Amino acid sequence: MYKLWACIIKDVKLITRDWVGLSLMFVMPILLVIVITALQAGTFELVNENKVPLLIQNNDNDAISLELENTLEKIGIFKIIELDKKTSKETIAEKMKETEALVTILIPENFSTQVQHKVADFTKNTLQEFGLEAEKIPQNNNLLINELTLYYHPVLQESYRKNLLNAIRSAVQVVESKQIISTIYSSINETAMPDYILNNFETQQIHINEIPVSRDGSAVIPNASQHNVPAWTIFAMFFIITSLGSAVVKEKNSGSSLRLKTLPTNFLTTIFSKQITYLLVAMSQVFVIFSTGVFLFPFLGLPALNIPTDSVGLILVSLISGWCAVSYAIVVGVFSESQEQANGFGAISVVILAAFGGILVPKFAMPESFMFFLKISPMHWSLESYYGLFLEGGKFSDIVNNVIPLLLITIFLQIIAYVGLKKNNLI
Amino acid sequence: MSIHIENLSYSYKGQLGNTLSDINLKIEAGSTIGLFGPNGAGKTTLMHLMTGILKNNNGTITLFGSKVGARHKQTNNLFGFVPQDFSFYQELSPIENLQFFGTFYGLSKQKIAQRTEELLTVFGLTEVSKKPVSTFSGGMKRKVNLAIGIIHQPKIIFLDEPTVGVDVQSRCAIIDYIKKLNKQGATLVYTSHQLSEAEDICEKIVLINEGKIIAFEDISTLLAKHNEKNLENLFLKLSKETISNV
Repeated sequence: MYKLWACIIKDVKLITRDWVGLSLMFVMPILLVIVITALQAGTFELVNENKVPLLIQNNDNDAISLELENTLEKIGIFKIIELDKKTSKETIAEKMKETEALVTILIPENFSTQVQHKVADFTKNTLQEFGLEAEKIPQNNNLLINELTLYYHPVLQESYRKNLLNAIRSAVQVVESKQIISTIYSSINETAMPDYILNNFETQQIHINEIPVSRDGSAVIPNASQHNVPAWTIFAMFFIITSLGSAVVKEKNSGSSLRLKTLPTNFLTTIFSKQITYLLVAMSQVFVIFSTGVFLFPFLGLPALNIPTDSVGLILVSLISGWCAVSYAIVVGVFSESQEQANGFGAISVVILAAFGGILVPKFAMPESFMFFLKISPMHWSLESYYGLFLEGGKFSDIVNNVIPLLLITIFLQIIAYVGLKKNNLI
Repeated sequence: MSIHIENLSYSYKGQLGNTLSDINLKIEAGSTIGLFGPNGAGKTTLMHLMTGILKNNNGTITLFGSKVGARHKQTNNLFGFVPQDFSFYQELSPIENLQFFGTFYGLSKQKIAQRTEELLTVFGLTEVSKKPVSTFSGGMKRKVNLAIGIIHQPKIIFLDEPTVGVDVQSRCAIIDYIKKLNKQGATLVYTSHQLSEAEDICEKIVLINEGKIIAFEDISTLLAKHNEKNLENLFLKLSKETISNV
């Protein structure tokens, strides 16, 4: 025990004197988590808080087209910018290239009249189907309506473009529906429909409650920090490989290991010491990065990280994730023949594991064929465990199904390391 | 008997033939033995077998009656090893290195502190005792390397080229201290390419060529027997004889 303690002290001294290794393990992940969270928070804001500039060239300027503009504004996601009727297509294209707006709607001439005619036809046919008289409604058979035209900037992602298109469609539908109701009302009652009924139509729409599914029943909306801080903390823990992997190789290949072989001890003591020391480093990373999320993020204008209520669960998940990261680094160190090999392979493999594990690319965006790799990446299980606590408000018992595979992978890595040490005649 | 080797043979994995064949050696306690031979003769392999770094395929090696290779505290504390390569942590200071390895030799804190002070004084490293060894000259590093190997006052000291690449002053300091240790009763097993240095330190020499012992005698007897004035000529003569016999 005394030897193990001496070994740990030695390893702590070696780590604290390696400034490059320390900055790779602490500074780099903190910068990474800040930058990625800021970028994602910015995207969230763009989508959720900022209004999307929408250029409208209204070549009609009659009641229905103005109603459509009004409805589009009421949806709340667009900032309407009116274009002059004389604005040429080239000018519109120029404005969009300058990203003044990513979307433009062209309302054709006589749009209102044409919609009125279309609605009249629809209403007449419907009333006649009910056996009601509708002679006063003029018939406009086979009327062709000039379509609305939507210009969009090619940088718009397809899903985002479809969202905007759906929002515009819903605005058109609202205008059409109001028009239909109004026409039916006036056709039956022979008077114009009162304004309050039309207002009710808008205000009494079925409301949709948006509630994030959480295990603890809390309705806290997950933010970019809740997503990114745990994910990049896992990445940081696994990036320990750049220090630990080469430290194992150095210990293995250096003269000091030759001397250690002549001492009444076992190389396992050295490996245990490295595991304990680097597990402490991993826990320090968790503490530092989570603290950055909780205390520093609000000062940077980023959403603060909310620490899960199950702190014991959080500690357990962090410990097992850290142990898994350390085990992986030791395996790479034991099987590498040089520090360059350990560093190169280690860093690249961690990035690949992060990609498969859902840290770089969300799990839902992965093709089905990648699911096997996802499941063998320890980062996936670690991430799922953290998300269970941070995003779903779960307790340790809720995420135990994710912790068990992580633990099994860790034990497997420990066995591989042991076999490697035996094979290399180090123990 | 300090070191007793019986019918020792060794071959590396995948190697055709033996690196060492049929080695038999008895080394008295308190003697100074030089292991010599051309590059690849098997000197370092023999030293690594005697220190338990390598596990022997055949034969036995005992140090003061304890079998080598089991990494028993009793056996491994009997000897100190000073490898040719710097075998310490360059990022740590001499004090920190001595504390670490002293602990592994099972010394108490007080004993480590006492021996550290003694050794740093003897080797003139007191002033730099808290500086990282990576900042030291080659000679100073050799002294640290030696100090670590003898911190636990072993009965047998294996020295693999302990003065290679150091200046005259450092070499003299190291040689003087090695001689002093021998006078205090330690058995020395020493390898070097500096044959003149060996003549100065060693009483007996073991000449190895192609994995076999070709001579094991007092230096003076050996020189007289072969009518040679120095070890260098003797070594060349014996090596040629072995080659022509083959």
